Amino acid sequence: MQLIDSEEVQKRLTKWQNEDLYMHQEMTTGAYASHPASTFVKNAKIRYSLGTIAGEGPYRVGLKMEDGWVYAQGLTHWDFTDNHQLILAGHDDKGRLVVCLMLSKEPF
Amino acid sequence: MQKHNHVLLVLAHPDDETNLSGTLAMHIHQGTPVTYVCLTLGEMGRNMGSPIIANRVTLPMIRKKELEQSCESIGIEDLRMWGYHDKMVEFEDQALLAHRVKETIEELNPSLIITFYPGFSVHPDHEACGRAVIRAVESLPEESRPTVHAVAFSRGCEEILGPPDVINEVGEFFEQKKGSFFAHRTQFQIMVGFHNDDQELRARWSKERFWTYRFH
Repeated sequence: MQLIDSEEVQKRLTKWQNEDLYMHQEMTTGAYASHPASTFVKNAKIRYSLGTIAGEGPYRVGLKMEDGWVYAQGLTHWDFTDNHQLILAGHDDKGRLVVCLMLSKEPF
Repeated sequence: MQKHNHVLLVLAHPDDETNLSGTLAMHIHQGTPVTYVCLTLGEMGRNMGSPIIANRVTLPMIRKKELEQSCESIGIEDLRMWGYHDKMVEFEDQALLAHRVKETIEELNPSLIITFYPGFSVHPDHEACGRAVIRAVESLPEESRPTVHAVAFSRGCEEILGPPDVINEVGEFFEQKKGSFFAHRTQFQIMVGFHNDDQELRARWSKERFWTYRFH
C-alpha cells in the first residue's frame, strides 16, 4: 500500500466507468471505541457511470450508479494489485484501518 | 441595506439558510422576492432529533417539511429543491451543475446572489455549491454579473479574506430567524434546546456577515 496519488486513482476509476464490477466496502471504529460500530459489504455487484476522487488528502470517492451512490471518506492509501484489484483504504495516525473501498472485475 | 430587484440564494442543505435568515427576511420586508435553491435534502444527516423522530428512510421527507416551514417563517415563496443526493454534490458533473445555476440566473435576473465562499465553507457540498455558483456567474459577461455575497466560516478565513465587508443588523427580524431555526427540529434541538432564552438568542443572532466575492 502507498499514499494515494489522486491522479492515478482517478485514471483507474475513469477506466472502469460503465463496467460490471465487484465491490467490497467497509468501515470500522475498532472494537474498543466507546461505541463500537462497523459495517461491510463484500462482493456487491456494481456498475457506475461517473467515478470521482475528491479532496486533498484524506480523500473522498463517489461512484454514481443508475439508482444510487457509493461513497467513502477518509481514504489515505491505495494499491492496484497484480490481480487487477483497486484497493483504497483509510488508515488513522496509528496505522489502523478505518475505512476501505475495493473494486475488481472478479470477486474478492 | 441596498434594495435589490431579486435575491437568489443557492445553498446545499435544508438548515443552511438559518444563519442568514434575518438578512433574507429583511430583503422580503423591503419587497424583494427571494428564490432559494437548495441542492440536497440533507438525507445523510446524523441528527435525527432528540428524542429521535426520524430514520434514514424518513429523514429526507421530514427535512423537506422542515425546510418548507423555515421558508414560511422567513417569507420565502419560491423554494426550489433540486434533489441532489446529500454529500454527493462534488461528484456530480460540475459543468452541468454550473450550467443549471446559470439557467436559473438567466431566468430570474437577480441583482444579488448569496452562496458559500468556495475555499472557506468547510463541507464538501458547500464547497461544490459555491464553486458552481461562482463558475456560473463567471460565465456571464462582466457587466451583467450580479453581486455575490458569500458566507465563509472555515477556521482562519478572516486572516485570508479580511473582515467581512457586509454586516447586516437583523435584530428586527428575530421572530423570523427563530422560526427558521426552530423549524429544523431534527437538526437543532440539541444545539438550541438549552438556549431558549430569547435575550441570549437575540444577542447571538443580531448580526449576519458576508463577503462580497471578488472576481478576478
